Amino acid sequence: MLCDDCQKRPASVHITQITNNQKIDKHLCNQCAQAYGDIAFSLDSKFSVHDFLKNMFYSGAAENVPAKSGKACANCGMTYHDFSRTGKFGCSACYSTFGDHVEPLLRRIHGVSTHTGKLPRRTGATLELKQRIKKLRNDLERHIVQEKYEEAAKIRDEIRGLEKELLSPVSEEGNI
Amino acid sequence: MTIEQLWDEPLNGWMKGEGPDSDIVLSSRIRLARNFDQIPFPNRASDEVLANVMAELRKSVADLSNQDNRSYLFIDMEKLEPLERNVLVEKHIISPSHVQEPVNRALIVRDDAAVAILINEEDHLRVQCLLPGLNLPETLALANEVDDILEARHSFAFHEQVGYVTACPTNVGTGLRASVMIHLPALVLTKQINRIIGAATQIGLTVRGLYGEGSEAVGNIFQISNQLTLGQNEQEIASNLQAVVKQVVGQERAAREALLRDSKDMLADRVWRAYGVLRYARSISGQEALALLSEVRLGIDLNLIDEAPPTIFNELLVISRPNFLQKVAGIAEIHPAERDVLRAQVIRGKLTEFKGGNKDA
Repeated sequence: MLCDDCQKRPASVHITQITNNQKIDKHLCNQCAQAYGDIAFSLDSKFSVHDFLKNMFYSGAAENVPAKSGKACANCGMTYHDFSRTGKFGCSACYSTFGDHVEPLLRRIHGVSTHTGKLPRRTGATLELKQRIKKLRNDLERHIVQEKYEEAAKIRDEIRGLEKELLSPVSEEGNI
Repeated sequence: MTIEQLWDEPLNGWMKGEGPDSDIVLSSRIRLARNFDQIPFPNRASDEVLANVMAELRKSVADLSNQDNRSYLFIDMEKLEPLERNVLVEKHIISPSHVQEPVNRALIVRDDAAVAILINEEDHLRVQCLLPGLNLPETLALANEVDDILEARHSFAFHEQVGYVTACPTNVGTGLRASVMIHLPALVLTKQINRIIGAATQIGLTVRGLYGEGSEAVGNIFQISNQLTLGQNEQEIASNLQAVVKQVVGQERAAREALLRDSKDMLADRVWRAYGVLRYARSISGQEALALLSEVRLGIDLNLIDEAPPTIFNELLVISRPNFLQKVAGIAEIHPAERDVLRAQVIRGKLTEFKGGNKDA
């Protein structure tokens, strides 16, 4: 869509202007939008991030979420409908209950769906091991496909070692 | 620190320190969102559950005090006067949404208010750390320390794939929001600010006004923060924002130099007029006070005004807020017109305290 004002550049901003009860909708490019100054960039205090989320849900619901999914979180009783209404989950278990919906949702919000940051110390050691094993399994497959059996055998042994570690109780000092 | 100092003194302990670029960046803030596993989030929890969460987290007060040799206070929001709660919002110790429903809401705060833990806000707890100037890495280190101390006692909800889980999926992963509060008068004056806001938005940052979500940028003060919490690790989020803000600081300095070079007389006139109004006005609204204070601060930073120290800006920023003004005056109810008179009077009093040399005198 081209900018309504200059008709040259692509429109990237949608402006709704209300003057004397007359509503004017315009699609403008960045440059022309600048000319609207305060009007274009004033912050609407009534619109929050939750409104965006709700809209994301409703648009998502049409495509890939069955409208009547009666599933409720066994832990807190929240249904997916509740969630799409409020934009907030009910408890940590909801993330597993609605797992199928969570992943595409997180991709839509964050662009990705995998955490790469801090791990809690309490469960972190186990998680770190699991992640390392997962990564090694991928490496292993790749090496087998490439017929690098010697290296694959090394990785397999490493995985076995880590799996053993995973089963043994975690000591405070870490791996001995 | 006594609990009274939180309300009676305009500057919290942490604000008295100096930080990198603190002439332009007022503060660096890191917030971590955490929740208990399986326990319903505050939006779905019963009063009983909320009370338990509060009691559970109260146990950490001693852990925190022991670890860093500072005193921490546990404050039950319900036991505060509405005015006192609002002052905490004005001082950025708690969020506006934390005062909407005070029952079963609490705050753990360090004696200098550099650390504040909000209990039962949108998530079970939110660790907030504030340091002066542009210093996100150190602020993050402090937040991590506090998080580790809390984690030594409590087990927080963590999902193998998506990381720390939160009530709102926009906070999931690191649960980290890094933000800086930044004073950009020259970029506003030279009309470059919209360009910068646009550019920041394109790289996943949010630019907002003084009091967060949906607030106006009064007094040329902006908050810049990360939008995404998942995918990057904590250090990456903090150092990305730090790098971007560093550039904005550079742009602001360049704009200030250009103003000084090309229109020094106009600028000097402008900032002294602002000073004059603050110094002699008999009634002043909060908005006007902030706008004028911003100009005076610019004048002080550019050595055009030397009748007041730069800290006066940070101090008057808090003093001129409606609830703080009322609290210090000890008045329970006040008409807005009377409040404007009181504000003008307090500001005049503050400015007369400084009678340094006047460059033009």
